[in-house]
Amino acid sequence: MRKRMRFMAALLSAAIMTLLSGCHGSRGLDDFKIPEEFDVSRSYEITFWAKNDNNKSQQDIYKKAISDFEKIYPNIKVNMRLYADYGRIYNDVITNISTSTTPNVCITYPDHIATYMSGINIVVPLDDLIDDPRYGLGGSSVSFDSPSRAEVVPEFLGECYLGGACYALPFMRSTEALYINEDLVNALGYEVPDILTWDFVWEVSEKALDKDSSGNYAVNGQKVLIPFIYKSTDNMMISMLKQLNAGYSTDDGQIEIFNDTTRQLLGDISSHARTGAFSTFKISSYPGNFLNAGQCIFALDSTAGATWMGSDAPLSDIAESNKRTFNTVVRPIPQFDTSDPKMISQGPSVCIFNKEDPQEVLASWLFAQFLLTNDIQIAYSETEGYVPVTSKAQDSDEYREYLSLSGSDQNEHYRIKIEAAKLLLDNTSNTFVTPVFNGSASLRDAAGALIENVTKAERRGTKVDDAFIDKTFSDVRSLYKLDSSLSGAMKKDSMGPMPRASVILLWSLGLVWVFISAVYITRFIKDKKKDN
Amino acid sequence: MKKVLATVLTLAMVASMLTACGNGKSGESEKKSEGVMTYAEYDAAALDSEVTIEAYVQAHQSWWDNKITVYAADKDGAYFLYEMACSEEDAAKLTPGTKFKATGYKSEWSGEIEITDATFEIEEGNYVASPVDVTKFLGTDDLQKYQNQLVSFKDMTVSAVSYKNNEPGDDIYVNFTKDGNEYYFCLEYYLNGDDADFYNMVGSLEVGKVCDVEGFLYWYEGPNPHITKVTVK
Repeated sequence: MRKRMRFMAALLSAAIMTLLSGCHGSRGLDDFKIPEEFDVSRSYEITFWAKNDNNKSQQDIYKKAISDFEKIYPNIKVNMRLYADYGRIYNDVITNISTSTTPNVCITYPDHIATYMSGINIVVPLDDLIDDPRYGLGGSSVSFDSPSRAEVVPEFLGECYLGGACYALPFMRSTEALYINEDLVNALGYEVPDILTWDFVWEVSEKALDKDSSGNYAVNGQKVLIPFIYKSTDNMMISMLKQLNAGYSTDDGQIEIFNDTTRQLLGDISSHARTGAFSTFKISSYPGNFLNAGQCIFALDSTAGATWMGSDAPLSDIAESNKRTFNTVVRPIPQFDTSDPKMISQGPSVCIFNKEDPQEVLASWLFAQFLLTNDIQIAYSETEGYVPVTSKAQDSDEYREYLSLSGSDQNEHYRIKIEAAKLLLDNTSNTFVTPVFNGSASLRDAAGALIENVTKAERRGTKVDDAFIDKTFSDVRSLYKLDSSLSGAMKKDSMGPMPRASVILLWSLGLVWVFISAVYITRFIKDKKKDN
Repeated sequence: MKKVLATVLTLAMVASMLTACGNGKSGESEKKSEGVMTYAEYDAAALDSEVTIEAYVQAHQSWWDNKITVYAADKDGAYFLYEMACSEEDAAKLTPGTKFKATGYKSEWSGEIEITDATFEIEEGNYVASPVDVTKFLGTDDLQKYQNQLVSFKDMTVSAVSYKNNEPGDDIYVNFTKDGNEYYFCLEYYLNGDDADFYNMVGSLEVGKVCDVEGFLYWYEGPNPHITKVTVK
């Protein structure tokens, strides 16, 4: 059963402040330097914080990976802590940075790494490790069949670069997909094109709102219909702006989202919220719940949620009696220019935290690298609509066979799941990511909040006009502390009051100086008296 | 004439008792402040409309990010206020029984009727609802009438216990069977707070054990009570 995610923003804020304040005057750990030799005579115990999608198969794959790794490196013990959402990992990492108790290896998002890097030498840069001839990717002293750097999909590895250095390895990749009830589209007199435009989705969604004499929606015969539901409204705004080459942010953190194109998009979206043609996960619920009940035509969700989508979905939160039978088709997200499709690349990456002992860091790196081996990549990707991040896995006979068996059963080879994965495999070159900087996670939240705000307003009878959008821009800018630039970390006034410990320390230092001065002056006066 | 009068009075009394007990409520509706909806008015209000209610805190999930999710009730019904705007200082005042007035929007999320984007002010007054036994309504449409109320279920047999993340540290899903049907309950991690004893007790419930269960009747694509008390028989 799934439920609303809860990102512990306040704790995060507090923790970020702690992290940042903890760094006042601190020089942090030394730069990590690769040891000449991995010392196998010693034992290491490393901690791995992993994220799964509430999916037991994924948890089992992590456990098997650890077991297999410990057989290869019996001197390395891996302790795993499982999380169900990235927000909690983010929160816990930040909290643990301030106490120097970070995990060794952690599943995370580059946006989050940017915040972790507010500390000094917290996250290990991986370029040297990746290219190390002995312990790097495909290195000669690595005791398992590791992929080479060239075998990591370049687009995915490129997403792990922050400020010119690589701070993570991609682990899995997904994108978003439009899961469509084709029967309802056809019933409205349309055919589903290979790539849908936003105009097409809006037009069909509006047409679907016609009701019959008994007050039911004519197209599905039910009292409930939300033709178009978007799960992640931050992705929705980001993707629309990208497709229109409109401003979102610069690479160095200049905020550009509050622009005329955004204003126009919010106007369009709100007009469809007003009619009831559009809603969001936060307002209504999971798109898949409505899709599977025949109450949604266009459900837009991650390819990593494909096993919840469609009338034969192996996972579902709705009662069997509420499910409807229909043909589900999977398409890329709607586009403004179908000749130049653009879709977001997302999915977990793996970073390594620095420690005092470089041997421990090297042990961590070996485990992180192990997560890119074929067995793990293929097995994990098959749990959802993920794709492996290495060409070595993607091109393997095992993975090719898996794809070829699409639809042969309703579980491992569930058609919708494999079509979702193929969508990304076929469109890897059409994916994009947003710039990563300290504060980019806030900007992402703000992008979604803009859509949520106008959608709620229209549902509640408030007209979304220029004045409303002006106010929304202002409110969101303020709520998410978005100045024109977030790069360079938090503004001084956003640091909050200085921690008590720091205040005491500063006062102590001041008192010591007063004491020293007093002693010096006293001695000076005594000496003067003696001289006299 | 006396017989007619007696019959009418008896019928009136029975009718009033049925009305009062129909939703497990006390029948002591209290007068609301100026501009505040009665529970009946709230119940009848359209989704997405602005609502103002007066109610008493029954429990709340842990405060975070200047928001708090509150299970509330008055003597006529119950409310679920999702992520109500609330300072940490005010959150400390929202102890069980505390009366407050809230204004927000009536919303629905996967069947759960709730108040969103609410603000509130604390008022004078105190009331803690007693659990209403709704066992007989399991599997019927009538159960939904008790949504968000503190309810109890008698003689439920544990059929499955699992952690949200397959390990302690998050919600616990507990399935119970009754008369051959299975029902899905949840120990909401943020509602339970730091009550480790209760968390561990629920996590270690054994399949086949018969229990009496209390909780708030949350809804997620069907009844999904948020467990607050379990008595193993």
